This record gives sequence, C-alpha cells and structure tokens, in this order.
Amino acid sequence: MLTLKDIKPGQSAVVESVKVTGQARGRFMAMGIMKGAKLKVVKVAPLGDPIEVLVKSYNLSFRKTEAEQIVVTLG
Amino acid sequence: MLAINVALTGNPNTGKSTIFNALTGARQHIGNWPGVTVDKKVGQITKGNKQINIIDLPGTYSLSAYSLEERIVKDYLVGEKPDMVVNVVDASNIERNLYLTVQLLELAIPIVVNLNMMDDAKAKGYNINLAVLSKHLGVSVISSVATSKNGLRQLIDLLEPAVVTPPKVKESQLLAEHLAHIEKIKKSGKEDDLIEEEIIEARYDFINKVLSGAIVKNEGVVSWNEKLDNILTNRVLGIPIFIAIMYMMFELTFTWFGQPIADMLDAFVGGTLTGWVEGKLVAAGAADWLQSLVIDGIIGGVGGVLVFVPLIFTLFFLISFLDGTGYMARVAFIMDRAMRKIGLSGKAFLPMLVGFGCSVPAIMGARALDSERDRRVAILIAPFMSCGARLPVYALFAALFFPGSESKVVLSLYLLGIVVAIMMGVIFKVTLLKGEAEPFLMELPPYRIPTMKTVLLQTWEKGKGFLVKAGTIIFSMSVVIWFLSNFNFSGMVEIEDSLLASIGGVIAPLFTFHGFASWQSGVAVITGILAKEVVVSTLGVLYGVAEVAEEAVDAATQLQGSIGTIFTSLSAYAFMVFILLYTPCMAVLGTIKKELGSWKWTLFAAAYPFVLAWLISLVIYQGGLLLGFGG
Repeated sequence: MLTLKDIKPGQSAVVESVKVTGQARGRFMAMGIMKGAKLKVVKVAPLGDPIEVLVKSYNLSFRKTEAEQIVVTLG
Repeated sequence: MLAINVALTGNPNTGKSTIFNALTGARQHIGNWPGVTVDKKVGQITKGNKQINIIDLPGTYSLSAYSLEERIVKDYLVGEKPDMVVNVVDASNIERNLYLTVQLLELAIPIVVNLNMMDDAKAKGYNINLAVLSKHLGVSVISSVATSKNGLRQLIDLLEPAVVTPPKVKESQLLAEHLAHIEKIKKSGKEDDLIEEEIIEARYDFINKVLSGAIVKNEGVVSWNEKLDNILTNRVLGIPIFIAIMYMMFELTFTWFGQPIADMLDAFVGGTLTGWVEGKLVAAGAADWLQSLVIDGIIGGVGGVLVFVPLIFTLFFLISFLDGTGYMARVAFIMDRAMRKIGLSGKAFLPMLVGFGCSVPAIMGARALDSERDRRVAILIAPFMSCGARLPVYALFAALFFPGSESKVVLSLYLLGIVVAIMMGVIFKVTLLKGEAEPFLMELPPYRIPTMKTVLLQTWEKGKGFLVKAGTIIFSMSVVIWFLSNFNFSGMVEIEDSLLASIGGVIAPLFTFHGFASWQSGVAVITGILAKEVVVSTLGVLYGVAEVAEEAVDAATQLQGSIGTIFTSLSAYAFMVFILLYTPCMAVLGTIKKELGSWKWTLFAAAYPFVLAWLISLVIYQGGLLLGFGG
C-alpha cells in the first residue's frame, strides 16, 4: 500500500482514501485532500518534515505523520 | 439614518483586509470578539443617506467550526444575520476558495462574490467568465484587484440590500441540483461522519461543474513564485537564508532603526520633557511631593516603558511586512520540525524568536497559533526568552564579577532561558494544558508584495493595543511604586526609610539561602517587575550612586565599592538567574492580561516564574557552594 509519505518531491499521485481520523479528517477534506484528488508533492522542508503538496492549484503543507495516513496511487 | 450591516468573508490570504482597509480607510475600529482575543474589525462607509457598517470577519477556509475563527464566523452569520455578505475569493486559487462560497450558498443568505486578485489569476493563465460563474452560482459576481483599488467602486455600488437577494436557485440548475443533493445526503440516515464526508465531496463536485463551464486554464506557465520558493525553502539554502532574514530584522530593530529612535525618545523624555514639566510645576508653586510624583513617578515610570514603543513598532512593522509577503508561512514550514520537539508547532517559532527583543510583541505574535492551548503555552513560556531589557543587568553584573568572561556568562543566561522555556513548554503540555496534538495544516500562500497601507494599519493596530492596555497598568503601577518608595507611615521620607525599603526588607529573607538577602536586592526585585532594566538604576540609587552610567563597564566601576562587597561571584550569578526567570515586567503582564483576557491566568503568569526562579536560583547558589565556588 502506497501512502503520500512514499511519494518523492516532483512526483504526482491520486488519493485513494484518507485514513486521517477525528476532527482533522474534516479539515483535510475541506482543504481538498479527499478521494480522487490529484496531488503533487512539491518539496520536503529543510529539516525533513513537514511536506509541501500542490492540490487544487494551491500549496498546502502538513506533516509526514498525516501524509502516512493518506493512501495514494502514482499518477 | 438607515444603517445596513455588511459582513466580509473569505479565506485567509485573499486580500480581504486590503479590501476592508480600502473601503473604510480611517473609519474603522478594532476590538475583540466578545470573550475571545480574535480581532473584530468594524468600519463605516456613508452612501447617500445610508450608513454601511462593514464587519471584517476572520479569514476562514470553511464554516465547519474546526477552529475558533470558524466558530466566530459561523455564529455571526447564523446568529447576527448581517443584511448581506461580501465573499472575497482569490481568483488565482478559485477552486478551493469556492468551497466557502458553496457553504454560504447553502445558508441561503444574500451574498455577492468578489473575485479578487484577478491580476494573479491572469498571470497564472486563468481566463474566468464572470457571467457564466454568476449564472451557475445564482449570485452577483464582480472582479477586483484590491491592491490597485480596481473594481472597488463597483463593489460599493452593490452594497444595497435591494440589489442583493439570496441565491437565485431557480435560475441556476446546477445550484438547484446541488442543494437537492445535499438534502438527500442529510436524509440518508447514515452515520454523521459519513454524511459530513459525502457533503464535502458533493461541494467539490459542484465546484468542478461550475468551474468547468466558467474557466479556461492555460497552465504550464512557470511563475516567478515557484522559482523564488525553490530558493527560499531550498533544502540547503533555506535555513541560512532564513537566519539571514531574521538577523536583518533584528539589526533593523535593535541597531539601525528602533533603538536609535528609542534613545532619542529616552533623551527627550528624561531631559527636555522632564525639564519643561519641572519648570512649569515650579512656576505653578506645586508642592515637592507633587513634583516628585509627576516627574519621578509618572514621567519616569511611564517614560521608561514608552521608550520601548519605537522598538515594538519597528518590529511589528517588519513582521507585518514579512507576513504580507507570505514568507512567515515559510518560516513556520522550515521550523516546524524543530518546534515540534518542544510540543509546539512551527507557527510558534517566530513569537519565541521575537521574545529575545521584547516579550510584548512575542506574546501578541502568539495569536498566529491555531489552538487556544498552543497559544496559552507559548504566552506562558515566551517571557523566559531573555529580552533586551535584561541585558543591562547581565552586562553590569558580568562586568563586575566576571571580568574577562562576560560573554560566556551572558550566553549561559540566554541558554538557560531557552532551556527553561522548553522544559516548561513540555511540562505545560502534559499537565495544565494537555490534550490531543493538533495536526499541522497550513497553506503556503503565493509570495506577494504587500500594500504599504495594509502593513502600516496592522502595525498600528498591534502597537496601539500595547500603548493603551499596557499603558494603563504601567501608569498605575508607576504611581504605586513611586508612592511606596517615597513614603512611610510618618510621611515623605528618603528611599532607605520608605515603605518600599521595608517591603524589600520583608522579602529579603526569601533569599537567605540565595546569597543576596539584602533589602536593596529585595527592592531591586520589586522595581524590576516595573521594568527589568530598572534593576540596575534601583541598585544605583540604593547604593548611593546618583546616576548610573549607561556603559556597563563604567557602571561597574561606580558600583564596585558597594555592590562588590555585598555580592560574591556566585551570589551575583544566582541573582542574575533570578532576574532572568522571575515575574515578567508590567508591560508584559499588561499584554498577557489583554491576550488571555483572564486575571487568573495573568496572576499565574506572574506567580509561577517567581517560584521557578526562586528554586533554580537556589539550586545554583547552593550547588555552587557545594562545588566550592563560594568565593
């Protein structure tokens, strides 16, 4: 199973499912991270975390702990 | 006069504040929402015989009440029912921005959609058809470029309740379908979480349908934004560039700009103004005590804090400017990993760093934090960052007792402050302020050049808060301290016989095992709460040196004879540690009261550092004795 954490900067992916739970789930979805969304990992912060993702033509940043809970396929 | 209420809503970073400022200009005031410290900005426009009140709601991504801001916006829209809503949408980020718009449409309140930043959208290769967008959304859509005031005239024309009606569902088939779809999901009887999820998906689905007919994207243009970001958050260069920018910020504040003005202000208040007032008082035949109250108590006390104003304003100006460019979000991005180690998010980094200059802007800067809990923790630990006012104390004592190794001693104090801040941050997170960790979810907005008007207004808003709220507390405390240092129960006396000296004598035994149990240090500890740099001048007065020299080395020579016999190197170090860690100054306590809005928390913020300082200073002195550093 591939998660967003495995995606290298520059690569794109499509969200299969969001496993983030609790209130954070709604926040992620409202920001456009949901099933079927096309993402591109832009970069990883200089200290290795968080990551920057291009979604819906804007840049969003979140941590690897959450990226690990976003199941994706390469695309 | 007829008045209508217009609420401005929109995502953060959409130019909403720029539009608000351009519309209302000077006719606005800023307070807090009832019970919370989120800015409430209200401004006015007069149009014919109507007064239009514009309420700038906090920037939010949705109305789902995930955060305090979202709750405020939702409560306001549903509870207060403004006559109409202007929904500011960043045209260059239209897909996500419309999410909030869809939620507003679902509420069926009269709205106008204002597509702002049309210039950025064009640069990004977007061609948006306003008429199609308007038809599909069922509401009026106008465009603007707020930074150059384009389109604002048209917006003002639309601020008429007669013009604005709730979304015309009948005229938009897409909207009608969407609303029906939402109803169906709500009635499906599924679990709440599942329903919420399906609704979110339905909203984005609707947005896609709306946009597919209204926008032509000509993407593939590599923007200067991307190129700039590749440098500024680069794996290797990102951190050095960040350090350089922060260094510049501090140089500008403390060396090039803020401090010289602060010095000039100090000279003016202490010299010209004092002289002038003194002259007037003497001419008016005022009693000695009144002269002393006005000059030493009020001008001296308030003036001592007033000289911080240029520093605070310069720092706020630079922060507001950097914030407007979008760089501050990158600071949080770069520093999140390091800050998470102490249980805070990257967004807390800047407030902590600012604390080295002055805790007041640091505490105000903690507003950037998402959760109330993180903000509390940041506010409670920020004063441990050694602010500029403590430096004179360190400089004097280091020069007196540690000649030759001053910088090592001073550095050790700065580091101790950081360590204590980290330690307390972690402790608060697992005790008083525990709870589930907030996820870090942050937009990295495009780089932009902020408008001067917006930056200046923000600087003024923050600075004014300090002037007014902290000012009142400083003023009253100055008078109290003046009274205590000039009177005892028999009347007006010299400071050695004053109530303050008695109180100093009462608290002195607290420091019996710290090596500095003299009534003079007790008094210095009390006046240090007024302002930390006052510690040095207090000791000067008490030990009979009329005017303590500004340069630490000269002051050290002056005080050599007296202080040198009372403190040992070890007790001097313990004293410095105490001064570093104990109760923050009045200006800071005033700010904490304003930001946390609670006397209970303010008293806690005043008391616990005192206890902590007492313990750590004790451990250092006693430990030092054991290790044989007693001499």
